Amino acid sequence: MTIMEAPQATRRLTTSKAMVEAIAQEMERDPSVFYMGEDVGAYGGIFSSTTGLLETFGPQRIIDTPISETAFIGLGIGAAVEGMRPIVELMFSDFMGVCLDQIYNHMAKIHFESGGHVQVPMVLTMAAGGGYSDGAQHSQCLWGTFAHLPGMKVVVPSSPADAKGLMTAAIRDDNPVVYIFHKGVMGLPWMVKNPRTLDEVPEGEYVVPIGKARVAREGSDVTVVSLSLSVHHALDVAEKLAPQGIDVEVIDLRSLVPLDREAILTSVGKTGRLVVVDEDYLSCGVSGEVVATVAEVDPGLLVMPAQRVAVPDVPIPYAHDLEYAVLPRHDRIEKAIHAVTIR
Amino acid sequence: MTTHTSESTTAPARSAPQAGEQQRPEPAVRSRLFETMVLCRTYEEAILREYHADKGPGFDIGKGLVPGEMHLSAGQEPVAAGICSHLTTDDAVTATHRPHHLAIAHGVDLRRMTAEIFGREAGLGRGRGGHMHLFDPDTHFSCSGIIAEGFPPALGQAFAFQRRGTDRIAVAVTGEGAANQGAFHESLNLAALWKLPVVFVVEDNDWAISVPRTRSTAVASNADRAASYGMPGHRVEDNDVEAVYAVAAEAVARARAGHGPSLIEIHTVRMWGHFEGDAQGYRPELAEVPSHDPIPRYEQQLRADGVLDDARVAAIRDRAAAAVEDAVAFAKESSTPDPASATDYVFA
Repeated sequence: MTIMEAPQATRRLTTSKAMVEAIAQEMERDPSVFYMGEDVGAYGGIFSSTTGLLETFGPQRIIDTPISETAFIGLGIGAAVEGMRPIVELMFSDFMGVCLDQIYNHMAKIHFESGGHVQVPMVLTMAAGGGYSDGAQHSQCLWGTFAHLPGMKVVVPSSPADAKGLMTAAIRDDNPVVYIFHKGVMGLPWMVKNPRTLDEVPEGEYVVPIGKARVAREGSDVTVVSLSLSVHHALDVAEKLAPQGIDVEVIDLRSLVPLDREAILTSVGKTGRLVVVDEDYLSCGVSGEVVATVAEVDPGLLVMPAQRVAVPDVPIPYAHDLEYAVLPRHDRIEKAIHAVTIR
Repeated sequence: MTTHTSESTTAPARSAPQAGEQQRPEPAVRSRLFETMVLCRTYEEAILREYHADKGPGFDIGKGLVPGEMHLSAGQEPVAAGICSHLTTDDAVTATHRPHHLAIAHGVDLRRMTAEIFGREAGLGRGRGGHMHLFDPDTHFSCSGIIAEGFPPALGQAFAFQRRGTDRIAVAVTGEGAANQGAFHESLNLAALWKLPVVFVVEDNDWAISVPRTRSTAVASNADRAASYGMPGHRVEDNDVEAVYAVAAEAVARARAGHGPSLIEIHTVRMWGHFEGDAQGYRPELAEVPSHDPIPRYEQQLRADGVLDDARVAAIRDRAAAAVEDAVAFAKESSTPDPASATDYVFA
């Protein structure tokens, strides 16, 4: 896989349009790529993951499915085994419960069980996250669960450019890649959105290698390790705290599998302070893994105990104020940064 | 031989093979069906022997040259022989936790399959899969140890074959207990909707481990469920290999012609336990099971019809024994995987 080195012309796109552009360019390039899922055709994806693709590529390659996630995710697996490059959409990550067997027992294990003789080059996309009162079954992230189970790469873009570059990389990868887009990063007109969901995106083929974190903001006082929508929140807080003399470095993990532990250690080695911000559940998940990465290598890197800002092991509540009380939003991130930077 | 056929109103009309009307296959085909059945049984007998050779004292499931759960297919050979006779190794087969007979009938390399069952580096999965997880890209064969979950990937293989404009098909096999699983029903619906070239096969061996089919579903024949999805359904009684062969011929031809999937249920017999070590105390008909062995019955029929005689039977049995013992010897001589490589092959 080549990384595009030459500077490319860019224009401002929403994350959803950037993601769709990557899919379209790969479908032009490779006839074995197709996109399949619920409401991905005429509707264009409930969260605009496929807008306009049906018109360009037709119903043979942009395929609406019945509500049968086990059958159509498994279909993607079989097609991938035979050399096609399916992109299969699970409408919400929350729906993993109806089809997890195909995902973790089949998609993720076939390469291993076959001793490397059978590849499953497939992308499984899904929307995730809360913040708009969709309740406990339509607001979860669950990326930590996918990342916990071996055999699938897990990418979690936050920016429009990364959404494009990581999608291109995911389609070209010979492994199953779970591509999780937070609804809040897509730039949807019908949901509250961060201004960062509209940004510069390279025009041509663009690949962001999977497994390399990004320093979203350089800083010297504290490291905030985050992913997906929480990166935007962390950057907002960093900008707010800069005039107060707190210089925050924000690391956008971009993928959980592989996890760029080196980027975490490098930044914490520089700042000595760590806040992890994750919209997934707190315990036994991503935030603990990031802290463990430091603790296992050199706990002495930290001059203050690490802070974790995550959903405190409770289902996502419906009422707006309750939901915002458990999501890792600006107030809680700011408090955590203050807690590790008190002098 | 009896078969029952249920047709949905949307499926193209076809004539069902009727009892007594069934034309016998050519003698060469009948002999080959028998030989495949013998090879499958000879293989299972060898695995049975090797599996139990060093499980003692007592029975330690994790001990020995062949450790772990072992689900053997003795009695179900007519399914494998009858179905796979119509396939080439360009067609896909997805099997279950009880896969050996189907793998053998489909032409999976016996040496590499056996090495996998012995957990050796020369195995199909370099010892990472085991007997429930045999993957052979050369013959498009795979299994799943999860009930009914081998169906969805078969749809995808069929989808790829269809999209490439070939007449290749996928055969998805499962047991009667799996017909009560969601994956079964989702797959039938989707395959019929998209006219995918699939043949769904249900091996009804009466027992979902210890629970009889009468306590699992109110449906008398799982073939009847085909009508719910707009595809033809057939049930073959009596574990009759030639009836399986005849019904499969139609279903395979239908799939190859682009007319979509079919469902075949075969009433077969599980002659041994669910897994080795299963005492089968739940099985009231246990004493009668040996009398339902399909192989002596078919041998008798073929002898009566002049297809086989002592010399031919002996030659078939000798060939089977030689192939199986060669595979077992190959497996035993293969090296065990290096523990230092235990984390290899997670990713390509």
